[in-house]
Amino acid sequence: MTLFRRSEFIIACILFAAMIIIGLINPAFWSLDNLFGLLRSNVIIGIMALGVLVVMISGGIDVSFTAFAAAAMYLTIKLMIYIGYEGVFLPFVAATLIGLFLGAFNAFFIHTFRMIPLIVTLGTGSVVRGLLLGLVGTSVINIDKMPQQLIAFAKTDLVSLTSATGTNFGLTAMILIYLGLALATHLFLRHTMAGRSIFALGGAPEAASRVGFNTRRTLFFVYCFAGALAGFAGLLHGSMIWLANPRDFAGLELDVIAAVVLGGASIFGGRGSVIGTLLGVFMLVMVKNSLIIMKVDTTWQRVVVGLIIIVATALTAWRDRKKLV
Amino acid sequence: MQNSSFAKRILGQDRNILQLLVITVLVFALMSYLNPDKFLRYYNFESITYIMPELGILAIAMMIAMLTGGIDLSVVGIANLAGILAGVFFHSVIVGTSQSTGMVLLYTGIGVLMALAIGLLAGVLNGFLISKLRITPILATLGTGQIFTGLAVVLTGGPAIVGFPDAWNFIGNGKILGIATPFILFVIVAGAVAVLLTRTTLGVNLMLIGTNPRAAIFAGLRKDRMIFYSYMMTGLLAAIAGIILSGRTNAAKSDYGASYLLQAILIAVLGGTNPAGGKGRVLGVSIALIALMLLSSGFQILRFSNHLIDFIWGGFLLLVIALNAFRNSDR
Repeated sequence: MTLFRRSEFIIACILFAAMIIIGLINPAFWSLDNLFGLLRSNVIIGIMALGVLVVMISGGIDVSFTAFAAAAMYLTIKLMIYIGYEGVFLPFVAATLIGLFLGAFNAFFIHTFRMIPLIVTLGTGSVVRGLLLGLVGTSVINIDKMPQQLIAFAKTDLVSLTSATGTNFGLTAMILIYLGLALATHLFLRHTMAGRSIFALGGAPEAASRVGFNTRRTLFFVYCFAGALAGFAGLLHGSMIWLANPRDFAGLELDVIAAVVLGGASIFGGRGSVIGTLLGVFMLVMVKNSLIIMKVDTTWQRVVVGLIIIVATALTAWRDRKKLV
Repeated sequence: MQNSSFAKRILGQDRNILQLLVITVLVFALMSYLNPDKFLRYYNFESITYIMPELGILAIAMMIAMLTGGIDLSVVGIANLAGILAGVFFHSVIVGTSQSTGMVLLYTGIGVLMALAIGLLAGVLNGFLISKLRITPILATLGTGQIFTGLAVVLTGGPAIVGFPDAWNFIGNGKILGIATPFILFVIVAGAVAVLLTRTTLGVNLMLIGTNPRAAIFAGLRKDRMIFYSYMMTGLLAAIAGIILSGRTNAAKSDYGASYLLQAILIAVLGGTNPAGGKGRVLGVSIALIALMLLSSGFQILRFSNHLIDFIWGGFLLLVIALNAFRNSDR
């Protein structure tokens, strides 16, 4: 427990140091406008990261969830337009269920055929994206066709302010959804038997099944959970940017995985926390978004993300070094 | 009797190879049946021998990384970076000046060496991160893949680099004695890797490490060093694939061949490579490559969209996983 606390403490310290450095290079970083924008960019990656965190704690990995998110978003919005449905609650339920259903496929293949999760999820991701783009369509649904209530819902602000130049900006209320899901995930992981079984499975699968955990159920839960969160995040993303592009989220899985690893989760399973993940997501989003205000050319973005992954994994590998032969 | 034992030796007592041959023949028969006049033309097979090598070399590279239970997700990044680096070099020395063929040949040679060197260097970086810093191969190569692709973006600023010298394009497009140059390169590379894996200490050690890493250490194998070499090899092969790719298309871009990653993994796994380590043969990978090239060219002739072909690749991967699981459950 103390070790967990410590690694999150270190992440928080690095985060604050980074904020101070960025603030020194360009004081505009500390403007409320910029900070609110950063928090807003956290929402989608953060919700997806919660799912990936749970998968990683169970000892697996998922690279298919971005394809699920795109599928859930595009299918739900297409269906809404087709039947002319206006509403907010049911579409999100539908998107979540689509993600959950697709996640069950991952679990089925990983469990039944005992195959490495990376390879299974590469396959399912490619299948879902291929079907979505090949059969459903590749055209972007623009704002004029988007369901208006969804947009109105995602426009809700917690705080609305007017900047010195007269433009309006605000803190999106979606951040509450993100934090609510994070809290629920935290409580679930820490305080329920099902949550503990995920840690047990990730720590030592054989031992987990011998002490009586139903590893099959845990595995299904984990991948369905990741899929469901991805589906939910997908529709939320579409509502927040006012359009639905079936090609969206390509390559985002790397960012999300980087954020989770940065947050101290171990890819070997059995380790990781929601607080660490929140910090990791914030760190990644902050560094990526701040490259522009630090006057670094945007072409360097991928190099920076790559470096972050390497440094973060090197640190966790160093932390876990005694466990390896 | 003599005959069957010979066949057994070639097949390496490996039912997997037999299964692959059956799949290949089935795919061939299906595609010939579906489009009899277009599929069975010489031109179709010739174009396959041009497209196949880059993917085949990437798949062999992936197999080498999988031998020790690892994976290399940065191969496509390395391939593109190698092509782009050479392209940038050619632009800086050749542009505007009309040089003699001798000089162009010399520059092309330097470009090839540069590309190979960057591949080797990338492999060294991967090997260092994986064997010395003990980062899991998935995450290490995920990160370095981003770095390599990112550097490629930085070098080009986004758009493709075009205009490679003719000698470079010959590597990807030319013909020697009526056979595609890239195909000849592929055969040479595949042969060299096969010999390396089955006839040298390095190859045998890699198999042993993949089968049981702990036992390999207790047996006194230099595990770290062997894994280091295997990623160097992977990087070098990826660079060769990059040279062929940029030579064939006469262009290099940071996001070329993004779907090659999935396809390389698929071909390696379909070819009987065990992603958990210890098992993998060049022959298996080569047959799997042929089967999948026939499949995708057949679907292209049927005018399937590229997205649907991606779907078919993914579906095939899942199917193979299921097949392998069934075969292993017999024992």
